[in-house]
Amino acid sequence: MTHAATHADHSDDTDIFGFWIYILSDCILFASLFAVFAVLQSNVYGGPGIKELSNLSYVLIETMVLLASSFTYGLSILSVYKNAKYRVLFYLGLTFLLGASFVGMEINEFTHLFLEGHTWQSSAALSSFFALVGTHGLHVSIGLLWMLLLMAQLITFGMTPVISRRLTYLGLFWAFLDIIWIFVFTIVYLMGSI
Amino acid sequence: MANHVEQSGGKKTLKSYLIGLALSLILTLLAFALVQKHLLTTANLYITLGLLAIAQFYVQSVCFLRINSSKEGQWHLLPYLFSIVIIAILAGGTMWIMYNLNYYMFN
Repeated sequence: MTHAATHADHSDDTDIFGFWIYILSDCILFASLFAVFAVLQSNVYGGPGIKELSNLSYVLIETMVLLASSFTYGLSILSVYKNAKYRVLFYLGLTFLLGASFVGMEINEFTHLFLEGHTWQSSAALSSFFALVGTHGLHVSIGLLWMLLLMAQLITFGMTPVISRRLTYLGLFWAFLDIIWIFVFTIVYLMGSI
Repeated sequence: MANHVEQSGGKKTLKSYLIGLALSLILTLLAFALVQKHLLTTANLYITLGLLAIAQFYVQSVCFLRINSSKEGQWHLLPYLFSIVIIAILAGGTMWIMYNLNYYMFN
């Protein structure tokens, strides 16, 4: 830390470092789920595999929506630097809508699979599929709730240092979820469809 | 106030977000096009998809997460690299052992 750090500055950096360590431990959770999926994906128990069940165009749209939300979150962080409260709110709202569409599309996909009788009880492959993709979707949903909470705090308290630090945490979390999704669409959907 | 947040996460600029978005779009579309049109042989397809995913992982780490090797950035970079090593051992080791077991069970 090259600048003359006051005590408050220093604890801010330490806090963000702590949150960073949490994100990395979450990566290890996802790594285990990916390893389980890689091991079990061919054990379909006579039923259809991911290849027959997934629709790549649909997944491409999901991917684009999540990527766009990552970008709009970046724009809201840039507005935090400029101290522009309403622009931050606007971009957070946009990010929320994109994130909610992503979760909605995923719930729609899962509901269709479930109604057609392809559930997590059908086979080891589908169990690991639902566990991996579902855990990612759950993370995104928690991120959305968190975003709503921060928007409410921003409206109530305005642009304070505490709020901008919390927005930094959520920014790390959101970028991390997009990075996990790269591996979900590559390993689960694309490699599963070859 | 705005200044110290900027310094803790590395400097973020509109330019870096735009570059990240454009590169991610290209890499994603390329990966989907390769699979949907089945442009390569199966083995080559697996390798190319893996490389495209790693490239996009790198792009998003640098452009969106602002991982960098500056003096402040090292606090983020070193644990990040450490996690990648752990994940490689965990996921790679699991697959190695389980595929071997699978092989010897059925052959």
